[in-house]
Amino acid sequence: MATTTYLEAIRQGLWEEMERDPDVFLMGEDIGSYGGAFKVTAGMLEHFGEKRVIDTPISEEAIVGAGIGAAVMGMRPVLEMQFMDFIACAFNQIVNYAAKMHFRWGQAVPLVIRGPSGGGVHGGPYHSQNPEAYFAHTPGLKVVQPATAYDAKGLIKAAIRDNNPVIFLEHKFLYRRIKEEIPEGDYVVPLGVARVAREGKHLSIITYGAMLYVALDAAKQLEHEEIDVEVIDLRTLSPLDEDCILNSVKKTNKIILLHEDTRTLGLGAELASIISEKAFEYLDGPLIRITAPDSPVPYSPPLEEAYLPGVGQVMDAARRLAAY
Amino acid sequence: MATNVIMPQMGESIFEGTVTRWLKKVGDPVKRDEPLFEISTDKVDSEIPSPSSGVLTNILVPEGQTVQVNTVVAVLDGEGTAAATLAAPESVTTPVPLAKPAAAPPPPAQPVPGAEPAALGAPPEDIRSSPLVRRMAREYKIDLGRIKGTGLGNRITKQDIENYLSSAGVKVLPAAALQPPAPLTPAVKPAAAPPSPARPSTAPQTLVTPPPAPVAPTLPGGRVTIEPMSPMRRQISEHMVMSKRTSAHVNTVFEVDVTPIVKLREKEQENFLRTNGVKLTFTAFLVKAVADTLREFPILNSSVEGNNIVYKKDINVGVVQSGTFTITNPGIFGSLFGTPIINQPQVAILGVGSITKRPVVIEDDAIAIRSMIILSLSFDHRVVDGAVADQFMAALKKRLENWKSL
Repeated sequence: MATTTYLEAIRQGLWEEMERDPDVFLMGEDIGSYGGAFKVTAGMLEHFGEKRVIDTPISEEAIVGAGIGAAVMGMRPVLEMQFMDFIACAFNQIVNYAAKMHFRWGQAVPLVIRGPSGGGVHGGPYHSQNPEAYFAHTPGLKVVQPATAYDAKGLIKAAIRDNNPVIFLEHKFLYRRIKEEIPEGDYVVPLGVARVAREGKHLSIITYGAMLYVALDAAKQLEHEEIDVEVIDLRTLSPLDEDCILNSVKKTNKIILLHEDTRTLGLGAELASIISEKAFEYLDGPLIRITAPDSPVPYSPPLEEAYLPGVGQVMDAARRLAAY
Repeated sequence: MATNVIMPQMGESIFEGTVTRWLKKVGDPVKRDEPLFEISTDKVDSEIPSPSSGVLTNILVPEGQTVQVNTVVAVLDGEGTAAATLAAPESVTTPVPLAKPAAAPPPPAQPVPGAEPAALGAPPEDIRSSPLVRRMAREYKIDLGRIKGTGLGNRITKQDIENYLSSAGVKVLPAAALQPPAPLTPAVKPAAAPPSPARPSTAPQTLVTPPPAPVAPTLPGGRVTIEPMSPMRRQISEHMVMSKRTSAHVNTVFEVDVTPIVKLREKEQENFLRTNGVKLTFTAFLVKAVADTLREFPILNSSVEGNNIVYKKDINVGVVQSGTFTITNPGIFGSLFGTPIINQPQVAILGVGSITKRPVVIEDDAIAIRSMIILSLSFDHRVVDGAVADQFMAALKKRLENWKSL
């Protein structure tokens, strides 16, 4: 066991998969000699050589298009988006090609598209977005967002070994803030499996990514008010772990859906629908969403702070729901 | 027996009062003369005592609301009786205000405004609860009217039911252990992304029928290399076997003298390329001849659906794929002729051999060098009779051998 940051955990996972499987290779902007904008691929060019760590022109569509081709030929490309905001440039390749090949002609596309998403670092509207809902909405893709260093390493390995295209969203706010002891060497966290991050009996907060820590912080403070909060970390956003979600609904009967992404048609809306369809008669209160407002991420630090869901907001909602 | 609590008249010229605070909640027991609620009028704020002992079963006027004097603001239920009936006006008790009133109000003889029978006695559908609470009430056969709600707006919560049950000595099962409700929507399997093994990169095995004969699998290593079929190869494999299973394949083979076409093509091809921008190929002649001949023999342009023969009015000669009739070209590598497998759901496929110069006996027993080709037709004997197939081939042969001009 060694203390490892969330970022270093991803780097280790990539490194080990590169060592394990010669078909795995990396492509992206400035990932080679510069080591990536956030240094996730630092040292990889020197170790694995320029055939497996490929610097590309600034064209996300070209990166993903080339990656799809390589995946179809049996390689396992891992593509970096320097910021996940720019994945929009490759939307057509992902949604119309990578996601559909299996349905159209049974062709597996073992592809990982990874990169930093999320706010909280004063990155402004083009370097802070959370694009998960677009891709969770697309049949044929898997969407992952780890919240812990342990999960970051285990999930990137599972994503690389998966035969479907996987959108792997790293939360840049967590890159160097989250440090924990993780096992050295190979382990995998399976895709599609959520985690009960904290047991509780009065209500559940279902969340993922950086919001996990907002939920845990709120839960800790609510202990003093004798509100016992359960926290679920989804980890994989598509496919959702319905068993874990519904079990928590059946246990606490009151649910808060918390995410950093904007509100309308976000993950919270889908979760609320699933719960309402499959566990209506287990509900002892309304399903409550806490999300960012329907607006781009503001650049101004005080505005961004107001924009992101905070501990106080979660506690207020939890108090209301507990009393309901 | 139910007792109505009314808004008292706190002075002669006072016509209305505001309920500022309820001192009891629905479900609370109250004693006679115990302070029940606070009011505020133009003249005075005061605490109003309960007119009788019982349980507060219904609050009709919430805090902050202003109502006329003598409006029923709450209902009390005497011990052990159901609060189901509207008390007669005579039973309406006018509380004696504690504060110094200008005059004690007279008992009202007029009908009580605002006292709707339905508002009294709290039938279960008026009780605020939740889907879970209603289900627990059903499972445990509890009358929700007997439970005091402690949630927001006196809502009955799960906790209230659990408290009620444990006070009644009933063992409470976790909510999840209750009988699951019947699902309203059919279970929808997520269509996406089938779970797949880590390696190799193959798609799920749903497309291919397993081979019928059990064969001991070859192990990797030694003198073999094992390579999984690509998805396309697997589909081809499946389609070929399916076609052989479906159609009664029969072959007929004809030799055709295509010397006139070869000569015509040699003469015209440069000009044709210049005019049309594409090469003049032998295939073009063949497709034209086949299309014309199919018009004479519509059965060869049909397909089989169950016990029906579907004749296609459109003639689409597929050279590589998709059509109503297919031409395939095994001659490209020098094969004399092939016995192709029918492209389902068509009923015939024409195999084209290579064009070869050969000495041929022609008219008057002379021997000449001619450009010869062998055409083989695979046809589905379920619907195409041998005679028809041969007639088709003879007509095709005649067309090709007598080609005159472009």
